[in-house]
Amino acid sequence: MNQGPTIEGYNFAYLDEQTKRMIRRAILKAVAIPGFQVPFGSREMPLPYGWGTGGIQVTAGVIGQNDTLKVIDQGADDTTNAVSIRGFFARTTGVSTTERTEDATIIQTRHRIPERALGKGQILVYQVPIPEPLRWLEPRETETRKMHALEEYGIMHVKLYEDIARFGRIATSYDYPVVVNGRYLMRPSPIPKFDNPKMHNMPALQLFGAGREKRIYAIPPYTDVQSLDFEDYPFEIQTWDENCALCGAEDSYLDEVIMDDHGGRMFMCSDTDYCEDRRSQGHIGPLGTPQAAE
Amino acid sequence: MYVAVKGGEKAIENAHRLLAEKRRGDTAVPELTITQIKEQMSLAVDRVMTEGSLYDRDLAALAIKQARGDLMEAIFLLRAFRTTLPRFASSKPIETTKIKAHRRISATYKDLPGGQLLGPTFDYTHRLLDFALMAEGELPQAEVCEPQDEDLPRVTSLLNAQDLIEREQATDDEPVSDLTREPLDLPAGRDVRLQNLARGDEGFILAMGYSSQRGYGNNHPFAGEIRMGDVEVVIEPEELGFPVSIGDITVTECEMVNQFKGTEAEAPKFTRGYGLSFGEAERKAMAMALVDRSMRAEELGEEVMGPAQDQEFVLYHSDNVEASGFVQHLKLPHYVDFQGELEMVRNLRAEQAEKFRKAGE
Repeated sequence: MNQGPTIEGYNFAYLDEQTKRMIRRAILKAVAIPGFQVPFGSREMPLPYGWGTGGIQVTAGVIGQNDTLKVIDQGADDTTNAVSIRGFFARTTGVSTTERTEDATIIQTRHRIPERALGKGQILVYQVPIPEPLRWLEPRETETRKMHALEEYGIMHVKLYEDIARFGRIATSYDYPVVVNGRYLMRPSPIPKFDNPKMHNMPALQLFGAGREKRIYAIPPYTDVQSLDFEDYPFEIQTWDENCALCGAEDSYLDEVIMDDHGGRMFMCSDTDYCEDRRSQGHIGPLGTPQAAE
Repeated sequence: MYVAVKGGEKAIENAHRLLAEKRRGDTAVPELTITQIKEQMSLAVDRVMTEGSLYDRDLAALAIKQARGDLMEAIFLLRAFRTTLPRFASSKPIETTKIKAHRRISATYKDLPGGQLLGPTFDYTHRLLDFALMAEGELPQAEVCEPQDEDLPRVTSLLNAQDLIEREQATDDEPVSDLTREPLDLPAGRDVRLQNLARGDEGFILAMGYSSQRGYGNNHPFAGEIRMGDVEVVIEPEELGFPVSIGDITVTECEMVNQFKGTEAEAPKFTRGYGLSFGEAERKAMAMALVDRSMRAEELGEEVMGPAQDQEFVLYHSDNVEASGFVQHLKLPHYVDFQGELEMVRNLRAEQAEKFRKAGE
């Protein structure tokens, strides 16, 4: 179901066909070498660098007329940048958009993986600010490329060990490094480590686009993805003492909302579709209202 | 009861309308025309064309108007338009010896073939606010000599004839890389470096060049020559097989002459740094020439000591469209990651408090 005509003077999904072909070639290479960062001729998009230009180019490269697109930022469909990117594709492709995770064929995301398990045939497109997992340990691209080639990831383990020595735990809470298919160290983009386990053996195709840094990488469906850890300090995800105030979920990633200036706060699902879906099934949290009343 | 805030879509639409209103300003004041910007803000137009990598005075002026005078925003607008344009042909190298010069100066020779031509420069103005400009005033008439028809030899060619400066190796038959089509690959060739510098932010390139003069790197430059004027752009379409002129563009070119102490195998001689910009952008062209020379440190066997000599540092941080986007993306929501950090800090603090409590017992 098309939402309307595309804008005049621009190709379907904004980019010209040659550029899309170049992007698809990079994606194919990325899928063939899971976790490896493929340089690509990233274009200047009409949205600012750092705001999802990589993800947008990847989506533009794979989207077709029959796709249904969902765009989330921080897990939510209604954050301003998600609204803006969804609007961009609605204008330039006319494809139908959705907020329902299960209905989407392509989900472009910033900082979250949806709570609902993704299925076969779906594509999850991540917006990536800094693709290089070793960047903050070694600023030089020329060096980090060598380190990947030689599978020389010792400094990352040292970094995690230093955390344990200083803090008694690994002090990385998001963009937590993973090893893909037993070979490449990969940055999962700034998703909370809570989401890392979802990447492992995911039936959906995971594509990562970094526009400013001009890299594309991928995790093919059903690929082994392991978060780095130590035998005596195993990888752990975040937990909360609270449940979602709206839908009562105990298993979802929570956003903290400040209620007043006396320390009052509440927690709610960061994944708005998940939360809504639960509420429509009758789940109610301590501050929620039954759906019918709304 | 808490109701999650919705309505991002409506807010964005309203923000766009408000922005348009702010751009227009007081409607009692006549609206600025593209022609006015083109004619009276010509140096802003030149900068936007140079860093926007698109020679089109009308579109650059439009971008400046649309961006409310924010030149970086205007550059971004022009770049985003430029990506959608098809490429018909690559031009032949422009011949700046055939320039119709409006300005040409050398700091290395008192006089030289073709002479010194001051042109429209701020250089010797006293920077006193001219309050007469607040009113609409009469325009003083300037005496301008006719542009010469003869070729204008380069200072560096004069040095070349005496074998005092490194020879420039022409590589016209090799394809020129294009950063807007291919990702940066390091170490980068000089064509890529020069393209990067030409597109790079004037402020950044200026600061890098300046740092090389102050001792962060080893630059002993002389402004061999600066020329500004009109040059012909020529293409040679394959199906025609002969060159066709497609018009004139204004450019500013700077060639710096730098010392080189030589090596055991090579006698001391001068080396070159090159800068080129669209329109009249002399500060940019000069700074570019300094940084170009600085980044040649490795190739000339000099020790890399300062950021301006470090190509990875310069090339990755010179682009203001990239930099502005990434710096400003910090205002996008980050509450998911911040929540992760909050949880982490709270846990670490609780653990430390527990440790202190135990130690106190």
